[in-house]
Amino acid sequence: MPLLEIKNLTMRFGGLTAVKNLTMTVEEGEIRSLIGPNGAGKTTVFNVLTGIYQPSKGNAFFQGREICSLRPYQVTSIGITRTFQNIRLFGNMTVLDNILIGMHTRTRSELLASVLKVRATRTEEAEARDQARELLQFVGLAGKEQELARNLPYGQQRRLEIARALGADPKLLLLDEPAAGMNPQETSDLMELITTIRAMGRTILLIEHDMKVVMNISDRVAVLDYGEKIADSTPQEVQKDEKVVKAYLGEG
Amino acid sequence: MISAYYYNLLILIGINIILALGLNLITGYTGQLSLGHAAFMSVGGYASGILTVKTGIPFLPALVIGALVAAALGFLVGLPTLRLRGDYLAIATLGFGEILRVTFLNLEITGGPFGLRGLAKETNGLIVFIATVIALVVIWSLINSRVGRAMIAIREDEVAAEAMGINTTRYKVLAFVVGAFFAGIAGGLYAHWFRYLNPASFGFMKSIEILCMVVLGGLGSTTGAVVGAATLTYAPEFLRSFFPVISEYRMLFYGALLVVLMLLRPQGIMGTSEFSPLKVYHWIRSRQGVKTTVGSDS
Amino acid sequence: MLQQLVNGLVLGSIYALIALGYTMVYGVLQLINFAHGEIYMAGAFLGLYLTVSLKLPFPVAFVLAMAGAALIGVTVERIAYRPLRRSPRLAVLISAIGMSIFLQNLSLYLNGPATRGFLPPFKVYPIRIGEIKTSSLEVIILVVAILLMVGLQYLIRRTKIGKAMRATALDKETAALMGINVDRIISYTFAIGSSLGAAAGVLVGMYLNAVDPMMGLMPGLKGFVAAVLGGIGNIPGAMAGGLILGTAEVFGVAFMRSEWRDAIAFAILIVVLLIKPSGILGQNTQEKV
Repeated sequence: MPLLEIKNLTMRFGGLTAVKNLTMTVEEGEIRSLIGPNGAGKTTVFNVLTGIYQPSKGNAFFQGREICSLRPYQVTSIGITRTFQNIRLFGNMTVLDNILIGMHTRTRSELLASVLKVRATRTEEAEARDQARELLQFVGLAGKEQELARNLPYGQQRRLEIARALGADPKLLLLDEPAAGMNPQETSDLMELITTIRAMGRTILLIEHDMKVVMNISDRVAVLDYGEKIADSTPQEVQKDEKVVKAYLGEG
Repeated sequence: MISAYYYNLLILIGINIILALGLNLITGYTGQLSLGHAAFMSVGGYASGILTVKTGIPFLPALVIGALVAAALGFLVGLPTLRLRGDYLAIATLGFGEILRVTFLNLEITGGPFGLRGLAKETNGLIVFIATVIALVVIWSLINSRVGRAMIAIREDEVAAEAMGINTTRYKVLAFVVGAFFAGIAGGLYAHWFRYLNPASFGFMKSIEILCMVVLGGLGSTTGAVVGAATLTYAPEFLRSFFPVISEYRMLFYGALLVVLMLLRPQGIMGTSEFSPLKVYHWIRSRQGVKTTVGSDS
Repeated sequence: MLQQLVNGLVLGSIYALIALGYTMVYGVLQLINFAHGEIYMAGAFLGLYLTVSLKLPFPVAFVLAMAGAALIGVTVERIAYRPLRRSPRLAVLISAIGMSIFLQNLSLYLNGPATRGFLPPFKVYPIRIGEIKTSSLEVIILVVAILLMVGLQYLIRRTKIGKAMRATALDKETAALMGINVDRIISYTFAIGSSLGAAAGVLVGMYLNAVDPMMGLMPGLKGFVAAVLGGIGNIPGAMAGGLILGTAEVFGVAFMRSEWRDAIAFAILIVVLLIKPSGILGQNTQEKV
């Protein structure tokens, strides 16, 4: 059974069909990429998978469980988290707090426990802080704990978003153009980071425009054009595919 | 002994701090603009007042029950309306407040337009002081916990917060329930201090007054809520004795204050920063440090 | 029954005029202009002074009151909203509330708290058609309101300014790229919305023979309810919402004690927000992520 299975997914907005009858799978442990020209419907797929949009037709299954009827926070709690194309950090909160919010689904303290500061709450909070620091170390942001997220440079904000998504300990991580706006050095660090995350046993679904990233680290690549899947294969095969070349370069 | 005038003023400041702390949790930390905070206050006031006057239940239990009724109403209002986007929510809370005011105006048990009379003077400085401290401690621990983080995340970016696994509706309702609970306490204290309740005291303008306190102090700063409440409670009294002309136009001043604050200093007096004894200690130390270096030079 | 329908239509056409101001501003700025009720009040005072104190002919005074209110509306936008165009929505909303309270109390300071009478400067005849009792004043209100609404529709649908307004409402950035002066269009929107509010203010002032600084609060809120009811940002929706709200209120009061009158509008508001927040003529929109 694939980890994620998208079946005949269609998403319409008024008269516009953003995604048309998409079927694809993501196997456990792979780095799976979703590419296509601007406006091909890639981010829409993420928004449907994470419960932000209700699909017009079709469905998606995570570990065999239907997920399209779930609300976004429920999707997170069963093991799928994401980053955003246009970075959406909690800008006025510290870097550490951003990670702690990412760990929301793994911590338990509610109203009364929080107010009364029972022992369990204090232990949980201390442990969560330790783990958050480890995560920051892992993405190379150690020492930045107390800075406000909005004051970080762009590349570091992207990394913080990834660390925040990892805070929920996801089985499947959805990355929406993580290399956008990065310089070559940052991009190559990012590739290393993504492969390390996979090596830790997580599965990755990646939307990316930087072909160097996609072709170097992906196991399989699906190509969307005007909401339709036009190719789905290994990076080598996809690069040779006539329809893909045409979609990217335009006719004639 | 402190004069009756200042005693009365201190009690008012305490009650307003409790109100501002609650609204700050809803609007400042969770980012949900509520224009009906006075309504929660009126519910707490009427509920506790009716209990002490008509059933003879002692003051303290009545105070807590009144606050619980306000909290329950916060839940009832919150649950359906919190799915609404920001400005719709604002107008829905305003509408809810007006409906409640008209209801109190027309019920027999509340005394209708004549108000609820015959309350005993149960509120005193000690009770107000304890209630204020409890409100301060509860809100403070709350915002520095997992729950508070979730609330602030909702204010910062609701879509991202939901994507991080936060059930945003749940935490918004929670903010309303806690805010309404303390507004209910404030209402009960108010009722048993002035010994009289009238629906007209809890209209839209009272909600705006509380909002002014929170905005002036700094949305999202607990210290700010305290400073804002104290300042705006004392300011009219201060103006009355020194600039009687200005004090007549208190509301004119409030309106201008809101606009000017948004234009020039939207973060209020405190911004989102907090007063802490540790910071003051470090500040004093650093000042002394400078002095000693200067001293050793000469 | 028919009598109530007529009363409801008169009241409703007033709410519709007020609602238009809210809806137009919301359309271009996504802002609830809380000060709109005060513009309505200012319009009523201007109308009163121009006709009663300056003894101007009524049509001239009416147009001048609308123009004066338009000026106030544009000034309010300049001072309290424009500098906050890039600020969080909460900040603009609070600024709008502040402006509303400021204008209300400024009027209290300038005009005093007392309610002034505002007798129409022309003769009012009672009219009877069968069972229905009405007056020439009610007919004038209805006709003026309808004329203004038709004029507005023409302006929005058929003129260049109207087209620029619709473009600005749809997408400010793109409109600016297409050479539309967005700031000026926003000023026009405030001017038109405010003048309609002022027209409503003058008409109500004469209808109730009463003008006071607080008169904008309730009709302002109800105008907003009408705008939401019809689908905020939607101009025909605002007209429909106003008429429905006016009729509902008149019928509601006929069946309940009139003390509940002010609660009716808000109950309608909350029910609409819960069932179909986009209003009866509005479209559902999703936030872009």
